[in-house]
Amino acid sequence: MAQPQSVAGIPVEELLAPGHAACPGCGQTLAVRIALKAIGRNAIAVMSTGCLEVSTGLYNRSAWKIPCIHMLFENAAAVASGVERALKRKGSDARVVVFSGDGGTIDIGFGSLSGMLERGHDVIYICLDNEAYMNTGVQRSGATPYAAHTTTSPSGTASVGNPRPKKDAPAIAAAHHIPYVATASSSFPKDLYRKVKTACDLTPAYIQVHVPCPTGWGFDTSKTIEVGKLAIETALWVNYEVVSDEITNVMKIGRRKPVEEYLRMQKRFRHLFASEEGKREIERIQAMADYNAKKFGLD
Amino acid sequence: MKYVVQEGSHSVAEAVSLCRPGVIAAFPITPQTHIVEKLAEFVANGDLDAEFVNVESEHSALSLIAGAEACGIRTFTATSSQGLALMHEVLHATSGMRLPTVMVVANRALSAPLNIWNDHSDSMAQRDTSWLQFYAESVQEAVDLTIQSYRVAESKDVMLPAMVCMDGYVLTHTYESVLIPDQAMVDEFLPPFEPEYRLDPEEPMTFGVYALPSDYMEFKWEQQKAMENAKRHIMRINREYRKMFGRAYGNGMVELYNMDDAEVAIVAMGSICGTIKEAVDEMKDVGLVRIRTYRPFPVEELRDVLRDVEIVAVVDRAFSYGYEGPVFSEIKSALYVLRNRPIVCNFIVGLGGRDTRVEDVFRLVKRAKESAGGEVIWLNLKA
Repeated sequence: MAQPQSVAGIPVEELLAPGHAACPGCGQTLAVRIALKAIGRNAIAVMSTGCLEVSTGLYNRSAWKIPCIHMLFENAAAVASGVERALKRKGSDARVVVFSGDGGTIDIGFGSLSGMLERGHDVIYICLDNEAYMNTGVQRSGATPYAAHTTTSPSGTASVGNPRPKKDAPAIAAAHHIPYVATASSSFPKDLYRKVKTACDLTPAYIQVHVPCPTGWGFDTSKTIEVGKLAIETALWVNYEVVSDEITNVMKIGRRKPVEEYLRMQKRFRHLFASEEGKREIERIQAMADYNAKKFGLD
Repeated sequence: MKYVVQEGSHSVAEAVSLCRPGVIAAFPITPQTHIVEKLAEFVANGDLDAEFVNVESEHSALSLIAGAEACGIRTFTATSSQGLALMHEVLHATSGMRLPTVMVVANRALSAPLNIWNDHSDSMAQRDTSWLQFYAESVQEAVDLTIQSYRVAESKDVMLPAMVCMDGYVLTHTYESVLIPDQAMVDEFLPPFEPEYRLDPEEPMTFGVYALPSDYMEFKWEQQKAMENAKRHIMRINREYRKMFGRAYGNGMVELYNMDDAEVAIVAMGSICGTIKEAVDEMKDVGLVRIRTYRPFPVEELRDVLRDVEIVAVVDRAFSYGYEGPVFSEIKSALYVLRNRPIVCNFIVGLGGRDTRVEDVFRLVKRAKESAGGEVIWLNLKA
């Protein structure tokens, strides 16, 4: 029997080869695989330095079946801008896609991202948000959630963990009035696939994908999908799109689950369950989820 | 060919335009601005068919053209001082990825204190980034170097980026008479950029890989071989350029002036050499060795010419704090293997744009003649 070309509308062909060095249960690699299926072969990928680059771009062992360029940590958006202008010169219709982590996007690469969006390059920018600097050993980033324990925001008798809530990068991207902004999750591949497909025709586009990291967050490698789903079901992560400056297509979640269910699965929040103060912090996190539910009309 | 009297930046912008770059990125910094303004004007008026991209920083300027260069498009950017310093890590990545772009550096001092005038602190600090580095004496040479640099950089066994250093204000903002070559002749001299490897969906390749200790060193060794290869090309292209355009600069690596019977050799780089030549004309037994190509370093040429002199006075327009002038260190290093070494001394001049005049060169030579060797003298310091 012939192999099917696609399953559930998603092509079977893999453009990121197996055998790379990512951890078992890596949400980010899953997201990249799905995104590449949406983008197709006629494309050039640009990576920033991070887990993805070191696990897929090793000399003589590249996992990339499409052309791919990595240069530095903070300049992927600028490199992609140059690739796009070069393709324009050549009259090529190849797509340009950036894969960068939350640190490379939201912290050190924020200026370069803003420049690229403001200039209106035809680039699909995908931020793989695993909520900390995982490649260097789980240090906090601007995308680390409130109260998460990381190696540079450790919990302790005088520390709740990360002291600040996550930066709202999709909102800042949307403030550039670009055609398309979306949030997605590696636990919802069909939704992610559709959003990347949509982005192909609405550039510049910014998609921030929530990608659970078993190594950095501290959960069993078999639970990646479950953890990602719980982030949505508790409203700590909301999947939505921004088209023509309007928030649209908010992913409905039915009956909202308490944040405790999500937090309890991950070692980075374990300290919150060990004390009375921790319980108050969980209430605070619940209030953040409630705020999201109200803002996006989830209940 | 046309003969014009116009601002240095304008002439260099015309030279860039003659090289037909497909993508230009720019972020403004004094005194580089007039170069990129002129290029923006050329593109806006349809005189240059290129993508001109205004970026949000110099870091992104070089990153952007690196991305375009990797696709097989000839590119250009220009910067100065802090802008070049901000590019530092991108400089390493561009050369390491063997992307042969050309950048004009309008040389300017580094902060602090803030100073927008000319010295060589900015490009000297980028010595070890594996970029070819050339220093122009005149606007005409900056024009010619720009065109030649693409040829050298894009040579198959070089494939390294090049920095054309021209002194800020002294060359960028000065009106000088220059010969601007014809487009047809430049097209003949500089064929289209056709790199062996490029980003292309038809033939997927990964650029900018992660190399383990088992491989990293060979990548670096290849860069050093490419630098060595560049010497041959620089000299050959200097000769070819003379045949075609009627101008050459020494052997391409160094230029000697009144060195035939010189007992004292002044070693210098950049526009100050014009002043030094004027002074040399009025002195007996004094010559000038102008370093035109700083990387790759012209070690053989320097040994050959300096082995026969008694005194070498090295002029530095930058400083390595805690030691001495950077060119001085390298001259001493080059001469060390000689059996009979000349006396060497170092003059630090013109930092932050302090003027150096013909009389200063006379004083410098006088001090050099009194030298016992090894002194580092800051010229014209206020008492």
